[in-house]
Amino acid sequence: MHAKHIVVRGLTKKFGDFTAIDQLNFDVFSGEIFGFLGANGAGKTTAIKILCGLSYPSSGEVNVAGFDVYTQTEQLKMNIGYMSQKFSLYEDMTIYENIRFYGGIYGLGRKELHAKSEQLIRKFGLVNERNSLIADIPQGWKQKIAFSIAILHDPKIIFLDEPTGGVDPITRRQFWELIYEVSGNGITVFVTTHYMDEAEYCHRVSIMDEGKIVAIDTPNNLKSSFGAANMDEVFVKIARGAEK
Amino acid sequence: MIWIDNISKSYGERLALDSVSIQVDENEIFGLIGPDGAGKTSLFRILCSLIVPDSGKARIGNLDVVKDYRKIRKIIGYMPGRFSLYQDLTVEENLEFFATIFGTSIKENYDLIRDIYIHIEPFKNRKAGELSGGMKQKLALSCALIHRPEVLILDEPTTGVDAVSRKEFWEMLSRIREEGITIMVSTPYMDEAQLCDRVAFLQNGKLLTINTPEGIIQAYPKDILSIQSDNLYGVLMDVRNYPLVHSSLLFGHEVHYTEKGKSINQYQLKEYLKRKGHANVEMNLMKPGIEDSFLELMKE
Repeated sequence: MHAKHIVVRGLTKKFGDFTAIDQLNFDVFSGEIFGFLGANGAGKTTAIKILCGLSYPSSGEVNVAGFDVYTQTEQLKMNIGYMSQKFSLYEDMTIYENIRFYGGIYGLGRKELHAKSEQLIRKFGLVNERNSLIADIPQGWKQKIAFSIAILHDPKIIFLDEPTGGVDPITRRQFWELIYEVSGNGITVFVTTHYMDEAEYCHRVSIMDEGKIVAIDTPNNLKSSFGAANMDEVFVKIARGAEK
Repeated sequence: MIWIDNISKSYGERLALDSVSIQVDENEIFGLIGPDGAGKTSLFRILCSLIVPDSGKARIGNLDVVKDYRKIRKIIGYMPGRFSLYQDLTVEENLEFFATIFGTSIKENYDLIRDIYIHIEPFKNRKAGELSGGMKQKLALSCALIHRPEVLILDEPTTGVDAVSRKEFWEMLSRIREEGITIMVSTPYMDEAQLCDRVAFLQNGKLLTINTPEGIIQAYPKDILSIQSDNLYGVLMDVRNYPLVHSSLLFGHEVHYTEKGKSINQYQLKEYLKRKGHANVEMNLMKPGIEDSFLELMKE
């Protein structure tokens, strides 16, 4: 049995009278690709903020990478990576500067940072482009570099918040191959997406609706229990069903 | 209704649009499909008379987008990709503002926006900045429609929107079309191409193809095989090294596979995968989808 990298019990978050998330219970295991789905406003962002140590729960227990979200948020942050489509690289810094900057923020030592930067630049064949501004490189490269930077400090878990929004279909696929690669190396991947074909790539997915997790299972089991041909149908059935 | 003739546009050294020509028929839903940076927004801004092309011409109806820009602005409704309403005005104030600017009133064109506005009307005293993503989208669409434009231009209205809201949005579009409005809409979602009458694929400022969704699928040049396995990633990696492979791409729970020749030798492929340790694979010939076509065109 794999170790649990995320343990969530009875997680609830209220804003005034409004319950944004309501009694969430789930585990995510080491090396797992866990898809965190839900309609806009279902509570995904609120939950991710708590899991990343950026916001406290109103009640419930949450442990991420072995750290408690009430008392150990600093250690927690050192052991996770975060990447989203919206917040990513600094456009007016070079590839190399971005790597050094983020590596520094994540607390890598000088030697380690040097070694890791070189390794990353070689891995993507960017030796000649290392001094190119991020603004000048193709979207696909940005995506891969942003992802690699988010795991530069060898986190146990990487949170990917809509990492592929607006990206072309080839780049999207290359990105998922990177995800498989790091998951194979034992890093846990926690990912949100609005692309339902991407939900199929996850080992397990949870679907949130109005602050609650209404389904959690492997894509195959969800499809058979909802009598759906694909995850898009599962999602629509859940969301439309919940309206009634 | 819309004539785009050989339009080019550069920003400094970067060529955003490279001799793009498109004609959109009256009352059509025309989709502009392409990833970030393809040039979709630049083209829309030119049509809306917000920027001027370096070369080429564009007309909406009989109006030139450069010379007749004042008139153009009266007959189009534009919903930009970024939420651009007044965040500190309420829902109703925003709508009233846009109605007044165009010399009309909410009452006059209420029937056109009714189906959309009815969802946000209960919140009409809420500030626009405090609406959820889905409600902002409905308000923006209402504001773009309130002067009953002849042409509606929507720049990525469904980006970042969940699968269910996306479906609802497209249902709204087909109702708007029934009112006689021509719609040009851009999207990075390939599945939405299916919902347009015709689509253009745009990549790096160049037009890859224009056709009906069905026409695009029919033009797909090869047989295509769906492969399923419990070790899909492993199959994908091994198939890539198979000598006859032309393309092999992940599609949800299956790999879509084509060979260098038009047809596929399934037996030989199955034997190869067996040797690589994939005994339990299922293979079926399938009809290509829009995304298969787009990926193939990108490859060329």
